[in-house]
Amino acid sequence: MTDHFFVALLLLVNLRLFASSRMGSLIRGAAAQSFLTVCLSALLRDGGITAESWIFLIVSGLVKCLVLPLLMFRALRTVGIRRDIEPFVGYRVSLFLGLGAAAFSFWGVVQLPLPGGGVNPTAIAAALLSMITGLFLIVARRKAISQAIGYLVMENGIFGLAPSLAVHSPLIVEAGVLLDVFVGVFVMSVIILHIRQEFKHIDIDRLSELKD
Amino acid sequence: MLWILLLTPFAAGLASMAMKSGRARRFLLVCVPCFHFVCSILILASESGLSTNRWLGADELSLLFLLSTSAIFTVSSFALNLFLREHENPEKGAGRFSHEAFFAGCVLLLLGTTTLAILSLHTGVFWMALEATTLASAPLISYQRSSRSLEAAWKYLLICSVGIAIALVGNTALAVSTAFDAATQSTPLTFHALAERADLLHPVWLKIAFAFILVGYGTKMGLAPMHTWLPDAYSESPSPISALLSGTLVNCAFLGILRTNTIMLQAGVGEYSGGLLLTFGLLSLFMSGWFILQQGDFKRLLGYSSVEHMGILAMAVGAGGGFGVLFHSLNHSLTKGLLFLVAGNILSLYRTKSTKSVTGILRVSPVTGLLWLAGFCAISGLPPFGIFVSKFSIMLAIGSQARWGILGLFLLALGIIFVGMWRIVIHMTFGAPPESHSFVETRIRPGIQDIAPIILCSLALLLGLWLPPPLARLIERAAVIMIGGA
Amino acid sequence: MTRDIFASLGGIAFALLLAPFLRSIINRTKARISGRRGAPLLQPYFSLARLLRKGAVYSSTTTWIFRAGPVAGLVTVFGAICLLPFGGGPALFRFEGDFLLLTYLLAVGRFFTILAALDTGSSFEGMGANREAFFSALSEPTLLLGLAGLGAVTGSLSLTDIYGRIGASVFLEANMPALIFILAAFMIVFLSENARIPVDDPTTHLELTMIHEAMILDHCGIDLAFIEFAGALKLWTLGLLITGLIFPVRFGVFWLDSLVSLFSLATLAVCIGIVESSMARLKMGRVPQLLSIAFVMSTLWIMWVVK
Repeated sequence: MTDHFFVALLLLVNLRLFASSRMGSLIRGAAAQSFLTVCLSALLRDGGITAESWIFLIVSGLVKCLVLPLLMFRALRTVGIRRDIEPFVGYRVSLFLGLGAAAFSFWGVVQLPLPGGGVNPTAIAAALLSMITGLFLIVARRKAISQAIGYLVMENGIFGLAPSLAVHSPLIVEAGVLLDVFVGVFVMSVIILHIRQEFKHIDIDRLSELKD
Repeated sequence: MLWILLLTPFAAGLASMAMKSGRARRFLLVCVPCFHFVCSILILASESGLSTNRWLGADELSLLFLLSTSAIFTVSSFALNLFLREHENPEKGAGRFSHEAFFAGCVLLLLGTTTLAILSLHTGVFWMALEATTLASAPLISYQRSSRSLEAAWKYLLICSVGIAIALVGNTALAVSTAFDAATQSTPLTFHALAERADLLHPVWLKIAFAFILVGYGTKMGLAPMHTWLPDAYSESPSPISALLSGTLVNCAFLGILRTNTIMLQAGVGEYSGGLLLTFGLLSLFMSGWFILQQGDFKRLLGYSSVEHMGILAMAVGAGGGFGVLFHSLNHSLTKGLLFLVAGNILSLYRTKSTKSVTGILRVSPVTGLLWLAGFCAISGLPPFGIFVSKFSIMLAIGSQARWGILGLFLLALGIIFVGMWRIVIHMTFGAPPESHSFVETRIRPGIQDIAPIILCSLALLLGLWLPPPLARLIERAAVIMIGGA
Repeated sequence: MTRDIFASLGGIAFALLLAPFLRSIINRTKARISGRRGAPLLQPYFSLARLLRKGAVYSSTTTWIFRAGPVAGLVTVFGAICLLPFGGGPALFRFEGDFLLLTYLLAVGRFFTILAALDTGSSFEGMGANREAFFSALSEPTLLLGLAGLGAVTGSLSLTDIYGRIGASVFLEANMPALIFILAAFMIVFLSENARIPVDDPTTHLELTMIHEAMILDHCGIDLAFIEFAGALKLWTLGLLITGLIFPVRFGVFWLDSLVSLFSLATLAVCIGIVESSMARLKMGRVPQLLSIAFVMSTLWIMWVVK
């Protein structure tokens, strides 16, 4: 039953990400989503959690909920923007699209043939919604930092997909995925800082010199 | 032996970031790929390390890609050495953790992660390594920190990371497909184990997995419509880096798709996967054709040509070709490497990437001009270069299945691309040099910067004329693995 | 059978007699929190009696709609009360889909109030009517989706059966987190429909900031009495919809169940008082955002239970 609470909260946080215009609340929302996903994956492992898994979960939680948001806040301070004022898709429309995405996730889960035993359909729907949220943030927002946050959110969704489908990946692989995500967001932040230095802005629609 | 091969580039990469002396770093940059190449040949000769149940191992398919990667890295490292020497910044220096140090370190890390990707037989480790290659190569693209290269690097990083994340969903779906039958539930998620028990896996989940993996790894490979990062990244990065990216990274991604396709063939859903591959392949061909016809930048032209060849590879796999596919990928790496290195030389001569401004290369620097012509002859599939043989065998494979419509579209696209490319190449190579342009120097005689392209050109020519029997055996055995034999 | 009729009539009688008490409990709570003693608990009755004794002045620009507005408002809310189950007993009129009728009766009442406001030709009433129409357009789908979801969970489309079958067992399983969604949605709709803070301040005297009060500015005497009584009955109606979810105990004895319902309504009133004392009214542009949150909550609720 507690996993249902986490799933409900996860749904709410994802919808909040759809509708936030302030960068700070986007980053905090991503941190909250990471936290909820990690807790949910801990709850959903029905095979019992070994000590290594605990360590991995705690490290993963620390990295995604503390280290990466702090990194992004630092980048945000350096870049100096607070809000994404003119996104490609407005915020009210985004919220309704988010509701549509949630409905699609629930519908999609019903269509899939699910293996028996240990599978949590609502958790699958929440993971799908997280993925769609991340993809939406990448596509529909103008600032490069929003795209980096969207990438983190999408990876969280994919990370949460495995335990809800009762798939057990080896720990090394999961650690590798975490490492990749961490380094990825790190490299993205560095490039954003370079972009800011060179261009004096981080609007990706103005990064359009290379065209055919 | 495998571990030495794997760990040396990582260690060297980290070491080179912390080195003080630029000369020592450049020396390391050249030495490590040579060492890597020697080790690969040794592994091939000794025929060991073929344990396929563990996560890291080298079967014939891996060995082929390993050899090709090693060769490209070794030859490109010479060009990289020259590039770094030319662009050495006296003010910033080349000290510890400097810009140049990170550049060299990232190149070696790229070698390491590419090796890891080729040698990994586990779906998860492969994914991790491929994403790591994206992360290691992004700073290489934006080396010059100009606005255009930063834009290209950002697009590359974001699009490829998103694509590879989508492939992770495919990996999860592969894992789910094992959960339905009690016999398959504890299958280790390695390509070989999944291929062995493929007929017991759940077909719907396999199809979902393949679709996601094709879109995901296809983004990294350069299939349309996910190719949008490719022309930008290849044109804005330094030419030796473009040679590396086009010769090695796309092959890694292609390897992932090949291995997943093997699982699909074994499971009996080969029609579905073949259909998807053909669709993406044809789309890549026609899109690249469209953009080549109106191209104004010769490095972007080479980028679109890469998209075209990836499309050819995808179509070939979809139509079931074995030998031709692998031979083509080998030839393409060599030829593309050659073309990018020559493009780098042209860029350093003319200081512009525009096809309109560059004319008369044969007059200004005959060696460069000849190499440019030779490279384009090779890439368009003219004999006696290797690509002629491989393209022909692909067409034979498609024709032997009596898929005349697909063959017709294939030939049409190739024709369009041929016309588009040669229009530009003829304009660039022949004719009089532009008068208003002042050249840095005219290089009548071949110089040190021509060594690397000449090596690649001779290799490409060699493979077209005479395929060494050990290599032929290797490719044949790799083709058998690709289709799903033991 | 007669027991049922007795229970339904008893519920209606309770509503008619005790509805104004809710207002006075809310006001008492607010007063106590601000440190005052507050008005006597029977104050709404006194003011209703006073208003019934007074005459009314009608502007020459108004037509029969102005006089019909309050009457329609009272009659529709009375009809809504007849559809509600109280104290575990059935409602006076029950049939499949009666929750739709409930929502639409409330809507008709609001419609007539808006028409009466527009009939005066005054700009303040027009502004209030505009805002009321907009906000109720946003809150009506929320109410409908929430009730439809409840119908899906309990397997019936009649309010009597829905609220009759809601027990602890319905919510303690997978639907528990969804309960939070529907309660949040219903609370926001409650605050919006009854013109409470944070949507509208019932004690404000600034016409530019009024929503509901602005519409009834020109009514007086018996019309105002009807409007105030209808408002109290609406508070009762929507309050019963909420408390039926939180306090769903059924003892089977009518008096005991009625006591529980009355107690729960009083508790709800106290909570509203606390909410009103602790928040300020939202900026007008924020109210649609609040109502969108309610809509999102009820959509999540219905997706959860239907899945």
